[in-house]
Amino acid sequence: MELLWLAVSTIVIGVFGCVAWFWGSNWLLDRIYPPRGAKAGDNIRRAGQIRPWLFLGPAILFLSMYLVYPVLDSFWRSLFNSNGSSFVGLDNYIWLMGDAKFRESMVNNMMWLLVVPALSTVFGLIAAQLTDRIKWGNIGKSLIFMPMAISFVGAGVIWKFIYEYRASGETQIGLLNWIVTQFGGEPQIWLTLPVWNNLLLMIVLVWIQTGFAMVILSAALRGIPEETIEAAILDGASPLQVFFKIKVPQIMGTIAVVWTTITIVVLKVFDIVFVMTNGQWGTQVLANLMYDWMFRGTPDYGRGSAIAIVLMILVTPIMVWNIYNARKEVR
Amino acid sequence: MEGMAGQKSSLVWVVNISAFLLVLLWTIPTLGLFVSSFRDRDQISTSGWWQSFSGSEQTGFVRTGTADDQVERDGLYVIEGTALEGTQELTAWGTGARSPAEFAPGDTVEIDPGVNVTVAGDGTYQMTSAQPFEMTRGERIFTTTLSPPSFTIDNYNRVLTAGGLGRAFMNTMTVTIPATVIPILIAAFAAYALAWMQFPGRALLTACVVGLLVVPLQVALIPLLRLHNELGIGKGYLGIWLAHTGFGLPLAVYLLRNYMVGLPREVIESARVDGASEFQIFRRIILPLSFPALASFAIFQFLWVWNDLLVATVFLGNTREQLVMTGLLRELMGSRGGEWEILATSAFISIAVPLLVFFAMQKYLVRGLLAGSVKGG
Repeated sequence: MELLWLAVSTIVIGVFGCVAWFWGSNWLLDRIYPPRGAKAGDNIRRAGQIRPWLFLGPAILFLSMYLVYPVLDSFWRSLFNSNGSSFVGLDNYIWLMGDAKFRESMVNNMMWLLVVPALSTVFGLIAAQLTDRIKWGNIGKSLIFMPMAISFVGAGVIWKFIYEYRASGETQIGLLNWIVTQFGGEPQIWLTLPVWNNLLLMIVLVWIQTGFAMVILSAALRGIPEETIEAAILDGASPLQVFFKIKVPQIMGTIAVVWTTITIVVLKVFDIVFVMTNGQWGTQVLANLMYDWMFRGTPDYGRGSAIAIVLMILVTPIMVWNIYNARKEVR
Repeated sequence: MEGMAGQKSSLVWVVNISAFLLVLLWTIPTLGLFVSSFRDRDQISTSGWWQSFSGSEQTGFVRTGTADDQVERDGLYVIEGTALEGTQELTAWGTGARSPAEFAPGDTVEIDPGVNVTVAGDGTYQMTSAQPFEMTRGERIFTTTLSPPSFTIDNYNRVLTAGGLGRAFMNTMTVTIPATVIPILIAAFAAYALAWMQFPGRALLTACVVGLLVVPLQVALIPLLRLHNELGIGKGYLGIWLAHTGFGLPLAVYLLRNYMVGLPREVIESARVDGASEFQIFRRIILPLSFPALASFAIFQFLWVWNDLLVATVFLGNTREQLVMTGLLRELMGSRGGEWEILATSAFISIAVPLLVFFAMQKYLVRGLLAGSVKGG
């Protein structure tokens, strides 16, 4: 109950504070430069120069304090030793290059980068194409889209039930092992099986992201001009040809957007690995490795920050590409 | 959809069936969790949830009575009794551990010369012999029984009344609601300035927001934790609200700006001509018109904060009182891996709220996704 009051009062104070800031600062501005009287023109111009910054102020404060400053600070900290007491230059990065766990994480992250965006986009495209053509398509879409609302941790629990292992001969309670034994195979402890376990963790993320890809691609598919499709059909193109040679090329831009968006999610993947294997059995990824260095045992902020900066460097190309596209659109 | 001329009906069937299979594949994992949360621990650990609809098979054995229990009837020595408890239904039985389900109910089997055993479907057995029995230990009868499918809401009663889930639920709520409401207001003002006010550096600022969209928040954890400590905020709700506000802002500003740019220019211009101040324009025109975009961001932020584990773990702490639901689930997975029924039920409760929001507000979620992504390309 106390908690509830705390939450409610925060909302009230927070909202009231924001409104007070915006309203109060505007009121003050109009007081200092009243838009009437002898110098009305001048005052309006001056107030117009200041006002945008009143509107932007809190956002800029938050963005610089919670995103820009940490990036710079992390970079700075990555040049120091474990507790930040002495400057070590690039030693942390050099150490990373030689560290077996870091290499494993890099290789795994690359595998994630190849597999998850590709599978999610392909499944999303198939799902979009199929559900757009049937009567119950919207229900189908909802159900495929649904995992999007489930937390990575929740998804971890859900899939743990699927990957669960029981010794050979016992009743399998994990769906995957049950299917395997039904076909006469041996049950496996999937999450400890190198390489396979990585793939099985990726499937969890594919399961979550496919709905996202489907929603975006479905909208793009519907935006394709009908004439191009009709012309192709008149020319005798088969449905598959229409799909691959007419539709897909026309939505390439959207596919790229979906691909990069999922790529960003993948680079940051943490929760799934954290709760399902915690990076054991060869499933380590960068974000979880960073967490290990920062919060487990004796924290090593230098190395942890160095890993964070590697992550940052990996997303930078996509960041540049996004900015480039956004600016192109503005023009 | 595309007005395909002359679609063959077989193709329609193929499309329908493939779509059905795909949807099934995507639904089964969640369904599994849902069904499991209504089964008790024994059921979960002895059979898969997909078998729960057909009833579960159990095996066991009993010993028959000994020579003391025999009665003489029609010249035969007979030992009688029942091999089952309650109202189970026998599906098979046997007399050796090697083949515990060798015989069907009602079969009569000669286990020793002159000694016959029969077990009926209701579990009553009868052992007969022409000679008096002399054994002091009973024969073993192995049984295979079928219990009808049964589901229980005990797990929910247990989890909701104890085990810290209620507390975690409240914690999650306390984190989520302010962390959803506050960024909206800040972002709306900023988005309006970026979309409709003229000032130097506007394009640069917009580009910065787009760039900040992809910053991995892992980068921010340590610096922010230190910053909070230095500012005296420390670990706690205030810190996590501020952090979520900061992390959610780029998306909020970006989504809202994209939406506001598309609002009709005439409305805003004419309001300006009529002498409305920027503040009035924002409050009376922009805010009400932007409702769909505000709603989509609110859903995004709600889902994101509710489902977050990392930020909560780092900024709130890990003691029992501080855990949010994702943190609790993680702990359950680690320490109580064997208590499947608790895990399944807690997990389902924790995903139920976002799922409700998702199904209720799907329209806005889709709209927000489209505004946030398609325009970028």
